[in-house]
This record gives sequence, structure tokens and C-alpha cells, in this order.
Amino acid sequence: MMWEVLVQPFTDFGFMRRALIGCIAISVGATPVGAFLMLRRMSLTGDAMACAILPGAAVGYLVAGLSLGAMTVGGLIAGMAVALLAGFVTRVTALREDASLAAFYLISLAVGVLIVSTRGGNVDLMRVLFGTVLALDDAALILLCSFASVSLFALAALFRPLVLECADPQFLRSVSGLSAMTHFAFLALVVLNLVGGFHALGTLMAVGIMILPAAAARFWAVGIGALIAAAVAVAMLSSLAGLLLSYHFSLPSGPAIILVAGLAYALSLVFGPVGGLAGRAFPRRYLEA
Amino acid sequence: MTRALEFQDLTLGYDRQPAVHRLRGEIAEGSLTAMVGPNGAGKSTLLKGVTGSLRPLEGRIAFGGLARDDIAYLPQQSDVDRSFPIAVSDLVGMGLWREIGGFAGLRAAHRARVAEAISAVGLEGFEKRPIGSLSGGQMQRALFARLLLQDARLVLLDEPFTAVDARTVADLIGVVRRWHGEGRTVIAVLHDVDTVRAHFPRTLMLARELVAHGPTAQVLTAENQFRARQMCEACAGPPHICGRSAA
Repeated sequence: MMWEVLVQPFTDFGFMRRALIGCIAISVGATPVGAFLMLRRMSLTGDAMACAILPGAAVGYLVAGLSLGAMTVGGLIAGMAVALLAGFVTRVTALREDASLAAFYLISLAVGVLIVSTRGGNVDLMRVLFGTVLALDDAALILLCSFASVSLFALAALFRPLVLECADPQFLRSVSGLSAMTHFAFLALVVLNLVGGFHALGTLMAVGIMILPAAAARFWAVGIGALIAAAVAVAMLSSLAGLLLSYHFSLPSGPAIILVAGLAYALSLVFGPVGGLAGRAFPRRYLEA
Repeated sequence: MTRALEFQDLTLGYDRQPAVHRLRGEIAEGSLTAMVGPNGAGKSTLLKGVTGSLRPLEGRIAFGGLARDDIAYLPQQSDVDRSFPIAVSDLVGMGLWREIGGFAGLRAAHRARVAEAISAVGLEGFEKRPIGSLSGGQMQRALFARLLLQDARLVLLDEPFTAVDARTVADLIGVVRRWHGEGRTVIAVLHDVDTVRAHFPRTLMLARELVAHGPTAQVLTAENQFRARQMCEACAGPPHICGRSAA
């Protein structure tokens, strides 16, 4: 029974195995970046940037149809352009960064949907917005694993400056000139992972696998290393559970994965020992002095 | 006496709005200087200018042979994100940046020095605690431990004793006086004039422009303090655009 429910879908169907591998790659690559997005109070920025990649991917679609390469390049260019433009507008005008990002992502979303709708039908639009995790081919898997590897190595290299940029940016600026480089490298990592996530989970869901596991892990882990490890574990388990739910109950797989991650967040919010509701309502006994 | 810093017609600000205007003066090497002035006088801005995180709108800061690595900076506590999940020992270990940079790992010798610095500020047993669980005074001790590891010739302290209990203030003033005794140059932004009178031989009073600079007793006069308040209130009016063409 357990075998049939939990394992057989993956042994019987190649598309399920591919989906699981793709989701694991995204969990390993994107979720640690999501943890830093959350810690830098940029969770909604990530959401905005996820929408910002849409027009680039849509132009790729316009040029080459549902081509992995064209949509990837288009998404990367659009994502970086919006991130840099929003920062530029903030520096040269009175508009705050959240407002300029909101303006850019709304325009991007509208342009992207318009472009995809002009050439394709509703099926293509749904595919772009919600992804095709059950239709990942070899090329898509190689792309997702490559992005995850690049992201992990880059994050490892950037780890100390990034921690300082989050926790004590003034100190980082006083000891090193790495502050601006760290900020832009981090934005590039966000865009890279969003474009990777876009292929599996679509524009609207990609940021979910970055933020929800990180938000859930915040209630279980005290240190940054443990937080990242817990977030990756939550993302992987959410992917596994979401795919199985999608298989057994014929649910759309991307939203199923994100909903499971959402459930993990809700449970953590209530039962998590680090600042969770139950922990606050029933605090543990203090230690004797 | 050689100079550690010289402000040469220095103007610093944000969006061309000056926060420090046409400042001239020298800080002698090995001196212990308090920087005082009303809120909005440009004290923190001046420290950011010295660290290099804020570029001058006009003028320059001449460093008497000091490199960036020779400067240690204690930001205001409000600049540190206390909710970030980092342990005290990791925060303090960042003080070794000059030796380990952004990428190298901590060796056993480094860890021993981190433990020594934590012990020197009276935080033994707090090494593994997340910084979010520290009180204001404990957090300030941790930041001072980081400064100890930086081993810098010029130490800049931005409101180091704000929201800190009296015992911690006394301990940290001891650390500051030790730095002074070792010949390091220390500049501290302070609000408590009693602390300044008791422990800081020299004072620089700022109100966007220089009000007075010299021995503390000569600078901290009622007349100077009144003048500083007036100058700051005068600057609180409509924006005053500062361009290179300004007369």
C-alpha cells in the first residue's frame, strides 16, 4: 500500500521521475536564495521579479515558440533589466524601490500576458504562468541542474559578504568594497533561479518554492546554516508530496507543490519552536540561573 | 603631533542636500575625540564619510597614512538587523575581515582570538547565542568585541553608549580608554555631555558646519551649545541644494 502510494508513481512513470529531479534541483538551488530574500526583507521583491521575467520569456516564445533556450535567455535579460532599472529609478528619482519595482512588474506582467496571448492560446498562457513540471525533458533537467549548481557555488562564495550585507550593511561598507557587487550578484542569483523555477512552476509559482520553505524553516532553525538546510528539506518534501497529490488526485502539479509548502508554512507558524504561536502561548520553563 | 585625519572643505550629504557643510579641521593621531551636536547635525554622516561609504559632495578627507583596513567602525545599533539568525561568535568573527577577507575560513588560531575578544568584553558563555536574544548592552559588548579583533589605528564609534546600562557603559569606556592608551585614534559620537567631560579630552562640536573643535572644556560651553542648536534649526528649513557651482 505504502509502496503504491509513495513510490510506484515514480517507478512506473518517467515524467514523474523527471518532475521530482527537476523539483529537487530547484529546491537545492533556489531555496537557499529564497532564505536570503526573506532575511533581507525582499520576499515581495522576489515575487515582483518573478513577474518581471515574463515579457522576456514571452518574447522568446514569440520568436521560437515554447523553446527552452529562447525563453531562458529572454527571461534572464528581462529579469536583470527590471532589477537594474528599478534600482536606477530609485536612485535618480524620489520613488522608493518597492514602488518602482511594483510599477515595473505590473507593466511586465501585462506585456508578457499580452505577447503570449497574441500568438498562442490559453493553454500556452497557462503553461507560462503555472509551468509544466510534468513535462520536463532532458534539456530542461540539465538546465535546472546547471542553474542549481551555479547558484550553490555562487552562494557559497558570496556567503560571508551576503550575511554582512543583510545583518550589518554599514559594517560591510566600512571594511570592504564588496557591498554593491554582493547586492548585484545576489539579484543575478535571484533572477537565475526564478528563470529556472519558471520552466517547472511558471511565472506565478516559481517564487513560492523559494519563499514558503524559507518562511517555514524560520520557525525551526536558530542559525543561518540550519535555516537554509531546513528550508531545502521543506522544499524537497513539499515537491515530493505535491507531485504525489497531483498524481493521485489529478491536481495541477505546480500549485499542488506550492500548496504543500504553504501547509508546511502554516504548521510551522503554529508549532514551530522558534517564535511559533504555540511556543509563544506555552513557553518552555526558563533555565535556572 | 601628526594628523590622523584632515577635513578639507568637506561637504557630505544625500541627494545633493548637505548634511555636513564645508568642514575644516584636523584630528590628531592618538587623540580621543568626542563628536557632539544636536540631532541632524551630521555626526553619523561624517563618520560614514570617513569610512568611505559616503562620497564627498565637495572637498575631501585627507588620511595621514591610514588605509581602509586601518579604520574600524561601530555603527549605531539601529543599523544592525538583530533579527538576522547569526550567532555572537560569528558576528564577532567578522572583525577578522582584514585577515580572512570575504571568502577564507576561520582557522583554530582565529577562533581562539574570537573567544579571547568575547571574553575581554565579558560575554563568555554567549558565543552560540543568536544576536537577537541579546540585550542592548550585551549587543554593544559583542560589537566592541568585533572592534577589538579589527585591531585598527582609527576607531569610529557611532553612539556607542545609547540605550546601554550603566555597568556596560563603564566597561566599554574602559575599552575606549585602553585604545587611547595604546595610541589609537578614537572618535565617538556622543550625546551625554557628562560622559564627554569625564572621559574625552577633545571635542568636535558639529551643527552641519563646525561649531568648535578643541579641548573639551573650551568646546562644551553653554554658548557653543546654544549656537549649535540655532544653526541646526536654521538648517531645518526648505531644502538647500548644494552644487559645485555654489559660492
